[in-house]
Parts: sequence; C-alpha cells; structure tokens
Amino acid sequence: MKQDIILAGVGGQGILSIATVIGSAALQQGLYLKQAEVHGMSQRGGDVQSNLRLSSDPIHSDLIPKGGADLIVSLEPMEALRYLPYLSKDGWIITNTAPFVNIPDYPEMDKVMAELNRQPRVVALDVDAIAKDLGSPRGANMVLLGAMSAVLHILEPEKLREGIRRIFGRKGEAVVESNIKAFDAGLEFSQKNK
Amino acid sequence: MSEKNLLLGDEALALGALHAGLSGVYAYPGTPSTEITEYIQLHPLTKEGNVHSHWTTNEKTAMEGALGMSYAGKRALVCFKHVGLNVCADPFMGSAMTGANGGLVIASCDDPSMHSSQNEQDSRFYGAFAMMPVFEPSNQQEAYDMARAAFDYSEKRGIPVLMRLTTRMSHSRAVVESWGDIRRQNSLHYPANPRQWVTLPVNARVRNRQLIKDYATFEEDAVESKFNWLRKGADNSLGIIACGIAYNYLMENFPDGCPYPVLKVSQYPFPRKLALELASMVKTILVLEEGQPLVEERLRGVFETGYTIKGRIDNTVPRDGELTPDAVRAALGLPKLPAYEASEVVAPRPPALCQGCGHRDFFTALNNVLKDYEGARVFGDIGCYTLGWMPPFHSLHTCVEMGASVTMANGAAYSGTWPAVAVIGDSTFTHSGMTGLLDCINENADVVVCISDNLTTGMTGGQDSAGTGKLEAICAGLGVDPAHIRTIVPLPKNYPDMEKVIREEVEYHGVSVIISRRECIQTLKRHAAKK
Repeated sequence: MKQDIILAGVGGQGILSIATVIGSAALQQGLYLKQAEVHGMSQRGGDVQSNLRLSSDPIHSDLIPKGGADLIVSLEPMEALRYLPYLSKDGWIITNTAPFVNIPDYPEMDKVMAELNRQPRVVALDVDAIAKDLGSPRGANMVLLGAMSAVLHILEPEKLREGIRRIFGRKGEAVVESNIKAFDAGLEFSQKNK
Repeated sequence: MSEKNLLLGDEALALGALHAGLSGVYAYPGTPSTEITEYIQLHPLTKEGNVHSHWTTNEKTAMEGALGMSYAGKRALVCFKHVGLNVCADPFMGSAMTGANGGLVIASCDDPSMHSSQNEQDSRFYGAFAMMPVFEPSNQQEAYDMARAAFDYSEKRGIPVLMRLTTRMSHSRAVVESWGDIRRQNSLHYPANPRQWVTLPVNARVRNRQLIKDYATFEEDAVESKFNWLRKGADNSLGIIACGIAYNYLMENFPDGCPYPVLKVSQYPFPRKLALELASMVKTILVLEEGQPLVEERLRGVFETGYTIKGRIDNTVPRDGELTPDAVRAALGLPKLPAYEASEVVAPRPPALCQGCGHRDFFTALNNVLKDYEGARVFGDIGCYTLGWMPPFHSLHTCVEMGASVTMANGAAYSGTWPAVAVIGDSTFTHSGMTGLLDCINENADVVVCISDNLTTGMTGGQDSAGTGKLEAICAGLGVDPAHIRTIVPLPKNYPDMEKVIREEVEYHGVSVIISRRECIQTLKRHAAKK
C-alpha cells in the first residue's frame, strides 16, 4: 500500500509540523517514507509545499508525479488549488478555508471556494476557527491533520495520536491533550462531511 | 547498535561523517547545504569529540581551514552551496595538488531549478577540472554510507573527494539506518610527502604528473565501485545511464523493474568501461542526469559514433531545470498519468520580506531619499534583502554574487553614476564585502555603502554572522572616516532621522558607510521563545 500527499501552505504557516507527526507515526509503523521539503528563499511568505510519500514498499522518487497524489492537504484554500495538476483523479483535497492574504491580487474568495467545491472529493473546514473554539488556537495544524486522517488509510488515527504524544510530549501533558483534542475535532468534521 | 532515523539527505551525510571519525566541519551557510553543519553543531558527538563546527566567514576560509585540518592528519568536511565552490575555487583546485592527508570531503550542494540560487551550475564539472573523484549519492541511505566511504577513499588515495548533492537529495527526508560502530578520530600526523604541500612550480610539476596518473586510477576505482553498476535488461532497444538521483526518477516510472539495461553512476570519474559494456548491448542510449549534461556531452563527442544519444542536449529531457518523475516519464516515451488541469483561479505568491522586517523600513527610507536623485543606482547583493527588488520596493538595480554590491558601486561611480549606493547584509559584508570596501577607500570612491545589519545570516534560517558587534570597528579599521560611519535603527518612527542620515551621506563625496541595524524578526521571535 502507498499514499502520496502534497502538504501545502504559505511560508511560515508551519506545514512541516503536520509532516513531523506523520513521519514519527510512519517510522514507528515501519513504513517507508520520503518527504521533500522547501527551505531557503521560498520560505519567506511565498507558496510552500512538501511532497510526503508513505508506502509499505521501498519508495524511489522524492517527488510525486503529476496525477499521482492521493491527498492535497493545505493550510490555505488557494494554495490547495495550486497543486491540482498533481492530484490523482480519485484523490482528496483537505483544506483550511481561511485565506492567507499577503499578495495584492488574491482572487475573490467566492471564486476560490466555488473552484474548490467543484472538485469531486473535498473536505473544507476553517481549522483556525475550530481550534479557537476548542480553546487551543495553536492547534489549527492538528485540526487539519485530524481532518486528513479520515482518508489517510495507511496510518490509523490512533497511530497519529501516538505521534502527537511523542512529538509534543516534552512540552507537557496540557499541550499534548489540547493537540489531541484539536486532532479529534478535525477527524470528526471530516467523517461527517466527506 | 544500528538504529533507524528519519533524516534529510544533508543530515544523513552529516551523521555519516560524524560516525566516520570527523574532527571538523568548515562551512558557510547556503541553501541547500546549511542543514549539514547545523546537524553536526547539535549532535552530542560534536561536543564529546570537540569537533570543530563554528561557521566560517566564507567558503574560501572554510576550504582552507579544512585543508589545514587534513594536513594535520584529521578528517575534515567542507560544506557549501554550489556557488560557494566558486568562492573557494582557488583552495579547492589547490587541494587536488596538495592531496589529502587526513580524509577531506567537500560537500557542494547544487540547486537545479534555482529554488534559492542565481544559477544552475553543476559541481561535477569542478571534479573533472581539478582531477578529483566525485561521489553523488542517489538516496539518503547512500548519503550516509558514502560519507564514510568518501573519507576512507580520500585517505586511501590521498586525494580530497567532492561530494555532490542536489536540492532534492539535500532537502528530502527518508529513513536511514546507521551502523553500530563509530570510528575514532584520527590522531595528529603529518603528510608522508611534505614537498607536495608546497606548491612551488618545482614541486607542483612533479605532483601534476602524479595527479594525472592517479586520475586514471580513480576511474578504475569508479568501474569497481559498489556505488556504480550495470544491470542487464530484457529489452535492448534502449540503454539508460542514470546518474545520482536521476536513478530514482527512472525506477519510479517502472514499479515492476526497468525493462532496459541500466548503468547507475554515483562515483566519478565517469566509468567509461561500464559505458562501453552498456554500448555493446544497445544502439540508443538515454542519459538521465540532474543538472547540466556533463556525461551526455562526453558521450556525444564531436564525431559520429554510430550510437543515438538522447538527453538534455537533444531536448529528450528539458535542457534546464531539475529532473522530475514527469520529465523522465516523457523522456521514456511513457504516456502521462491522467491529471487535472491547472486552476485558473490561482495567483502567484512570490516570496517577500517578512512583515516587521528591518530591511523593509530601510528600503522605505532609502526610496524616499533617492526619489529626489534621478541618476541614482542601487547595487544589491545576496540575501533576504535581494527581495527589495520586488514590489512594493523596486529599490535595487543589480544582484550578481556575494559582495558585488560594493565593488560594482565603485566601478559605476568611477564611470559617472551618482549617487552610487550599495546595499549589502551584515553576513555578506564580512563574507566578501570588506575587501571591496578597502578598494573604495584606496580610491576615495564616491559611494554610499549601506550595511543592512540584522545580526544574523537571515535567508538561510538565522545562523551566526561573523561580523556581529564588529562592523563599525571593521569599517573604521579599513579606513572609512569615522564621521561617515553612520548607524540608524530601521523603524517607521525613525524615518525622518534615517532619511536625514541617508541624504547627508549621499551628498558627501567620498566613502560613506550607513549601518542600518535591527535584529531579524525571525531570530527575535526565537530568542523571545527561548526566554
């Protein structure tokens, strides 16, 4: 089994925190993993993506081919659309709906949402609002991780929760619990709305 | 005990070097190489073994420091981005002449597609140029394994080894299994042939002839190398040479195994004997290599060979840009996977200076002054502040390479440009701007050199900057009149004061230095979080 994921967002949003939890869970499960990241100039407020590949068999390429991604997971709605040519015809888009507007010609939100809703398999949720409602505004990324875990069949949600515990463990039980709560809220939303 | 870790290619190389008995890493930050040194700096073995890991002032000082360590018999690693190899080309070429005593590995990280660079140069050319062996890992595990192999090889043959990585190797993570044993560091011991280390013509001529002979041996070694191999295929209508990570993109397109014979190359000089064996099976050869067509060009030569060679030169593979699984798929003549069209709603989102960044306030004030001077030209440099070329600032007219702002402003000023303004960051200034400033002083050039000092090497993620706390003293020491070394704090509330200072120094006909100093907001956040 294999699943290819494109993680997307804007430099500084912290897409790699999602990748870190998945990486930890995958390593624990003995899965093969490749994760191509973006460092350097592109990180400065520009569009960023990470190609994350998980498989029970050895993986060759660090990059996902066009039409090959099983999931696009994005912290920003327009950024989810940027990688559409990489999405497999049966692939899922899991995206935050809150826009990150740092360019003068950001498209109208109605158009972005209409384009997203035109896609056959989309889960769109306001992860910032959900995290805030839970009282853990810094857990937005974990809400998104939870939402994607509903279609990330290669790793059980419980394995991802364990990943969260390992990664955030040294920050104390309160941080772990608030991140798990955020994760569960995202998972629940996804299960109801997918 | 062996263990498994999730490591970037850069980190895998770093861990391999530490496990191979590394005594020092010498490096200047540069994407995509920075994480090699950062990993070594944070690793417990570094503290335990007193491994040198302090950032150097530039790549030339790095290369020379490492060569000194090799002379003293210890294992040294040099790291930089591809263009850093230009900066240290002199000691690099010289190191092939001296040879290595303690193992010496030079990691140069290329950036095809220019994700964070000004050109696409392929470091492998430098290997052939210097007659030095080149290792090019194809995956993270190989990066780890090759680190030790390269150090061992360097000592066995008495030659530095150039390790070539590319962005997708450097910045992609995978599971890496490390060996249980950690080699001890070498003890202090000097070269058996001391004459070789004094490259006076009388010695260098002897050494050059030896090196030419050795280079033939390096090629024989490459033929035998476990990192290079030829695998037969069922279908001889095509033969494929895949170098470094190109091998991965090839195999990605053949999940059930490649039907064609394949020569995988990860160690150079190019093993011609293996290529001839491949050629005995096929009439058409496709060359897949990341970067410039080094192998392809050599296979083609000038005269008809009776073979059809396909690759970047005939556009079977795009002539520029990094390889992708899709580009290789097309080169193999395989149909595209079904995919969606690009969305028309999406707008480009280029990188930009961070909100709250001091460079922003500096450019705002500079623009406000220079709008009154029609002939003004601003010579930029390499760093975050190069983004001052982008909207909304449009402040810069040039950006070429590290340090060029100061010297180009000098040349333009002599040619009649006025005002001639240089904008350079603090780390770039100590890297390659200081010598240019001395030129300006010796010529009493009419230039304004602005050092936008954010107290760090910002673009690469906030590494220590060599000049922090020393810039005024450096400029005064070089001979800038202290009355024209001005310091400003780039904040919106200070615009009037900043503009007054800039205007005064523009009007002064001599060498001025304006130091615009405020901590990088990224490092500021990190420092605040630590407290």
